[in-house]
Amino acid sequence: MIVLDHVKMKYPASKTYALNDINIKIEDGEFVFIVGSSGSGKTTLIKLLLKELEPTSGKITVADTDYAKLKRRNIPKLRRKIGTVFQNFRLLKDRTVYENVAFAQRVIETPTRYIRRQVPAMLTLVGLADKYKAYPKQLSGGEQQRVALARALVNKPEILLADEPTGNLDPKNSWEIMRLLEDVNKKGTTVVVVTHNKEIVNMMKKRVITLKKGELISDEQKGGYIDED
Amino acid sequence: MRISSILYSIRQGVKNIKRNLLFSLASVGTIISCLFLFGVFYCVVMNFKSSMDELENSVVISVFFDEGITDENRSLIGEQIRLREEVNTMYYISPEEAWENYAKETYKDNYELAMESFAGDNPLQNSDSYEITLKNLENHAEFVQYLRELHGVRKVVSSEQTADGVSALSSIVTYASIAIIAILLMVSVFLISNTITIGITVRKEEIQIMKLIGATNFFVRAPFIVEGIVIGLVGSMVPVGLVYLMYDKVVDYLVSKQSIVQNLFAFVPAGEIFSVLIPVSIIIGIGLGLIGSLVTTRKHLKV
Ligand SMILES: Nc1ncnc2c1ncn2[C@@H]1O[C@H](COP(=O)(O)OP(=O)(O)O)[C@@H](O)[C@H]1O
Ligand SMILES: [Mg+2]
Repeated sequence: MIVLDHVKMKYPASKTYALNDINIKIEDGEFVFIVGSSGSGKTTLIKLLLKELEPTSGKITVADTDYAKLKRRNIPKLRRKIGTVFQNFRLLKDRTVYENVAFAQRVIETPTRYIRRQVPAMLTLVGLADKYKAYPKQLSGGEQQRVALARALVNKPEILLADEPTGNLDPKNSWEIMRLLEDVNKKGTTVVVVTHNKEIVNMMKKRVITLKKGELISDEQKGGYIDED
Repeated sequence: MRISSILYSIRQGVKNIKRNLLFSLASVGTIISCLFLFGVFYCVVMNFKSSMDELENSVVISVFFDEGITDENRSLIGEQIRLREEVNTMYYISPEEAWENYAKETYKDNYELAMESFAGDNPLQNSDSYEITLKNLENHAEFVQYLRELHGVRKVVSSEQTADGVSALSSIVTYASIAIIAILLMVSVFLISNTITIGITVRKEEIQIMKLIGATNFFVRAPFIVEGIVIGLVGSMVPVGLVYLMYDKVVDYLVSKQSIVQNLFAFVPAGEIFSVLIPVSIIIGIGLGLIGSLVTTRKHLKV
């Protein structure tokens, strides 16, 4: 479960709130879109959930962990429950597809014999089994994002956060990524997707939370993309 | 940490070195130049020190006794002196030895003749003495004063000027060593931190990704620690090897020259120098490598 309770966020360098009094409750197993125009605070929200940033005020609870009480040294444990996908993929450029995915397991000290089993299984799931030896720059954007998705999922996280995962992809690849996210969600993972993609949001009929200039202006089950202009 | 994680960290550390070859070479080069200077400097200072010790031992204090002093009183004085902390060595020179030494010095090759002509009538009958060397020349003047005030002592002879000169030179060398070592250390730290700034940009993205995936600080750092140790090891072995090869050559050369240097210097054997220089260099090298890699990573760990 993800709970934001009167969360405010103001960057030190900024005069206005990037997020202003946000209240959100996401149950286990939900699939949620977060939409809003550029600068509305979507990435800030994701960073708060990853504990990359501290809120100015308000309370954040994820997977029964109260962020205010979480000690620095326990942050890695929290992050292992959360898989993350970024708009610009953030793969390690000098390592192969296999190593990039295996990397997530090495980080949590998975025994090598499990890594050898789970990484190929994950790559098969995202449809990249035959590209395990390739380097990121030899892959298309869609393929790179699927590697990033495999990396985010290989540790079987409770929650998957995706910040504009299809922002750099064409419609066909975008749909493939969305299908994968939906599959993951069906297997029980809570999925939170930040996106700009109006068509996808309207077609998938999921819960949609809309942000505007740091304010939550709408939160609808089976919602659609709200055009502000 | 699991064994597989440790092995992974070691492999990754070695790969990092290859991947960032330029950065690694710059770091190794920095450490090599610092430790090379350190090694050369250490050799020079050690030889200087040993020559100083030699010089200090060559400053002899002679203590002469009142005329007609009894053997008993004389040895009492000797025991008193021997108890003093400053004393390094102390020998008794009998009148016969004194006369023989004097004759040798004055008549050179004819000294046996001279000795025969004075046979049985030692002109230096009352010139027996204790010859004393001190551990440290700093207290030379006070010690001589102490000897003069002893009951039964007629005269104390010592080359004050030599003593003062050697003592002053010795403290100059000590202060100069401290100053140069301090400068060397500051230069190393400056060079290393410069080299590190290059390395930081290369690692930033990688460290941030690791942290966001849920890596502990230790796991992120382990490969960098391995990298630092390897760089420090290589960076310390090379200069020590170079200085070692050079040392014997330079000493041989100086000795073969038959120059004044040879008479002035008491060369320290290579074994004695390098039994200290090798471990100290390796410790400094690994220390610098470790500090370097830890500082490089620390900045990006707070994600
Ligand atoms: N590091 C930062 N320092 C100051 N202001 C920031 C920083 N990051 C984002 N902002 C500001 O916060 C607001 C929300 O940004 P962001 O969360 O990135 O929006 P989105 O992801 O919805 O485009 C914007 O006005 C942006 O300029
Ligand atoms: Mg954004």
